[in-house]
Amino acid sequence: MTLTQYEKEYIQGILKRDMNLLEEGMLDVMFSEHCSYKSSRPILSLFPSEGENIILGPGDDAGLVSINDKYALAVGMESHNHPSAIEPYGGAGTGVGGILRDIISMGAMPIAILDSIRFGPLEDEKSRYLFEHVVKGISDYGNRVGIPTVGGELEFDESFKANPLVNVMCAGLVEKDKILRAIAPNVGDVFFLMGGTTGRDGIHGVTFASEELTEDSEEDRPAVQVADPFTKKKVLEASLEIFENINVSGCKDLGGGGLTCCISELADSSENGAIIYLNEIPLREEKMTPYEIMLSESQERMVFVLNKEDVKKAHAICEKHEISSSVIGEVKSGNNMIVLDDNTEIANLPTILLADPPSINRPMTPIKLKDKEINLKDPELKDSLLKMISSPNLSSKKWVYKQYDYEVQIRTAVKPGDDAAILKIDDEIAIALSADSNTIHTKLSPYDGGAGSVAESIRNVISCGAKPYAVVDCLNFGNPENPEILWQFQECIKGMSEVARSFNSPVISGNVSFYNETEGIKINPTPACGVIGVLELENIRTMEFKNENDKIVLIGKTYDEINGSEYHRTIHNLEEGLPPKIRVESEVSNGLALLNLISSDDKKAITAVHDCSAGGIAITLAEMALSSDLGFEIDSSKIITEGEMSLNNLLYSETHGRYILTVKSEELENVLNELDVPSSCIGEVKGNSFKVDSKEIIVISDLKNKYNNALEKYMP
Amino acid sequence: MKIGVIKFPGSNCDRDVYDVLKLVGAKPEYIWWNNKDLTDFDGIVIPGGFSYGDYLRAGSIASITPVIDGIKDLIKEEKPVLGICNGAQILGEIGLIPGVFITNENPKFNCEWVDLKINTTRTPFTKDFKKGKTIKIPVAHAEGRFYTEDVDLLKDQDQIVLQFKDKNPNGSIENITSVCDESGYVCAMMPHPERASDDLLGSKDGLKFFKGFI
Repeated sequence: MTLTQYEKEYIQGILKRDMNLLEEGMLDVMFSEHCSYKSSRPILSLFPSEGENIILGPGDDAGLVSINDKYALAVGMESHNHPSAIEPYGGAGTGVGGILRDIISMGAMPIAILDSIRFGPLEDEKSRYLFEHVVKGISDYGNRVGIPTVGGELEFDESFKANPLVNVMCAGLVEKDKILRAIAPNVGDVFFLMGGTTGRDGIHGVTFASEELTEDSEEDRPAVQVADPFTKKKVLEASLEIFENINVSGCKDLGGGGLTCCISELADSSENGAIIYLNEIPLREEKMTPYEIMLSESQERMVFVLNKEDVKKAHAICEKHEISSSVIGEVKSGNNMIVLDDNTEIANLPTILLADPPSINRPMTPIKLKDKEINLKDPELKDSLLKMISSPNLSSKKWVYKQYDYEVQIRTAVKPGDDAAILKIDDEIAIALSADSNTIHTKLSPYDGGAGSVAESIRNVISCGAKPYAVVDCLNFGNPENPEILWQFQECIKGMSEVARSFNSPVISGNVSFYNETEGIKINPTPACGVIGVLELENIRTMEFKNENDKIVLIGKTYDEINGSEYHRTIHNLEEGLPPKIRVESEVSNGLALLNLISSDDKKAITAVHDCSAGGIAITLAEMALSSDLGFEIDSSKIITEGEMSLNNLLYSETHGRYILTVKSEELENVLNELDVPSSCIGEVKGNSFKVDSKEIIVISDLKNKYNNALEKYMP
Repeated sequence: MKIGVIKFPGSNCDRDVYDVLKLVGAKPEYIWWNNKDLTDFDGIVIPGGFSYGDYLRAGSIASITPVIDGIKDLIKEEKPVLGICNGAQILGEIGLIPGVFITNENPKFNCEWVDLKINTTRTPFTKDFKKGKTIKIPVAHAEGRFYTEDVDLLKDQDQIVLQFKDKNPNGSIENITSVCDESGYVCAMMPHPERASDDLLGSKDGLKFFKGFI
């Protein structure tokens, strides 16, 4: 039990009586950080959440963004960190399952999954175990339900050793006039529960997620739900058939907090009451207590709010798909949620008390950020390049994504491994999806790191030719009861908000995961940022070099910003100093200049685009070369800089707001003329090696060998 | 041409196959697994996915459903039947094609684009290709390693339809990834031709397999 003394008194003040055991359990779950967002809510309100393409901002199961006249995209992101730390296969699988249900609840067909996952270094056996089974959990679940996993990110860092992160983003397609909400507007409608049966798994899963992990957490294994993708697939098909044939007035999935959360939030959002018939709930196990039934987080369950007349039809659809279904309650007038066991009232609580617990203004203390002059001995460029490209953080992620069915639903135009995934919507438009976070930057300066994470994810989408429309997030932090952690959280959100607002890309949905600490070891704060972009099919651009002699253009100025970089982590095992600054004005003007260039590029002069981020110019160019078979040559003096710096700093600096593109040589002058932001031609696509200032650094095929076998070196 | 697309609980490429059949001008229609009477249909596709979750063994439960009887009746009339991925595994389970598809050499799920060689043009699905031609189509499976004890017989009877060209991603015997029955009308293939139906998505090489129904 985690209810505080204050919360207990608050509840008593409203009820004017003591809670019984069942009520206390229900409230305990709803007051948990995971369900109530009680620590984060006041801060999350800083996010911009409205805009021209936004149909629905935060608050429901997922956000909704308009992508053309006909369709909206339902998008959400969720964490499943604690379960995955204890039981990686089931934890990751149910993470995918949970976000899929959120998307289905909006009336949408899920069309893409992206996953942001983080572990300790692969030299550590436990980290390899977690990594292997998290990937398998995502693969087995997404593949079986038939939703393509098209992208994501992967990071290895000492700080995630005891507390891995598993964040899953999902997008679904829905016709605008068929959007559903989590509401119960009509008194007399019934709650129709369908899908999996209710068992003892996952009881207090959300409470478990709202505490720090300890050595004893292994004993909480029963709090991890069981993944059942086959049932989920049947639930998805039956749901789509119900949407098609029945006028559904509301819909919500059962996730954290089980039936208690689902029913109270449905009723509360329409300011209605609810009655639950406990005996009508299909159970998987014998002798379950009311407490267990109301708190179970058994997976693969959905509630539809239906008119009584449609119940027969709904049952028939569920029978066809061989899943259980039952009318378990009714929408009532009034404000209370009542649970009946036979005819005995065993719980009676105001829905608003359950669905809207008071937020807490916890204290915050700024962390002193430490700027530091760092003087290191730079290795030879060739040596650092080889080490960087074969580090699991920068190497090819093919070992991961080939385990995912990224082709099913035949929409995937740009496959995993590029900046963003591109999915075809119809014969005219596509969407671009990307997920990104810079955890070292965020640790060293939460504001710049948060802002930079949104900026980087937006750059990914722009690099593929898409205009950013909206942002979703998954915010993974330590214990919010620590004033420094909460300050870190607030600064990060301020930074994210500034960039999202400047790109007119509101934050439409998100998830907060606190308590990512294990016995004193805190994770690097991780604001995983998903971005949704929209583009015309002809504007699709990819990162690989296309033609020999194409000119290489760099957009954006380079500053001496090497602290907090991938270079420091990989080469010097260092995460210190102040990270690159976010310069919002140039970030926006550079991005928009590139978008304008692409959208007016009738001659197809722009042949490849890649954003410049982790690993700087050197890694960006290397990746463009590695995904083709072409080499290149650059002249480092042509890079527009601010101040003097060493060659390694110049090539590995992670200054924001930069893009590298290749341009057909005959169009170079026109392109440079059209770009009204700092940009210069720094070289050309040429030969088969990585060449800087007339010096051959390394042959691309040698680099490729390292790049393609880095994860494979550790993983079977 | 009315082409049936079989749906089992857990099928997940049914919509993709339906759309591509429509694209090539066929008249696709879904058939739920408990239908036995398929006399109205001019051909059948058993699409990919994880029928019944593949929990026992890929395709094993689907192979004993009523719709299989209907498919067998159509085969007697020499109507074309194409099993893709899980559909191929199901045809192998029933024994309608020679050999079986077992767990990949590396047992992990493997999704990637591969080059394939057309080995015979005597099936309706490969009749519009040139023998020996290389085509590009993706695979996506964990249990797609073709195995038979009688490779020579398959060669003699011209039952090998597709082979991996340069790289064999799953350890299939003699790089075989598609076979047909003796008549040539029943064809099982692990690669997904419906996923190679649009240049924007990577290739259009798969369309001819579906045009074969018309």
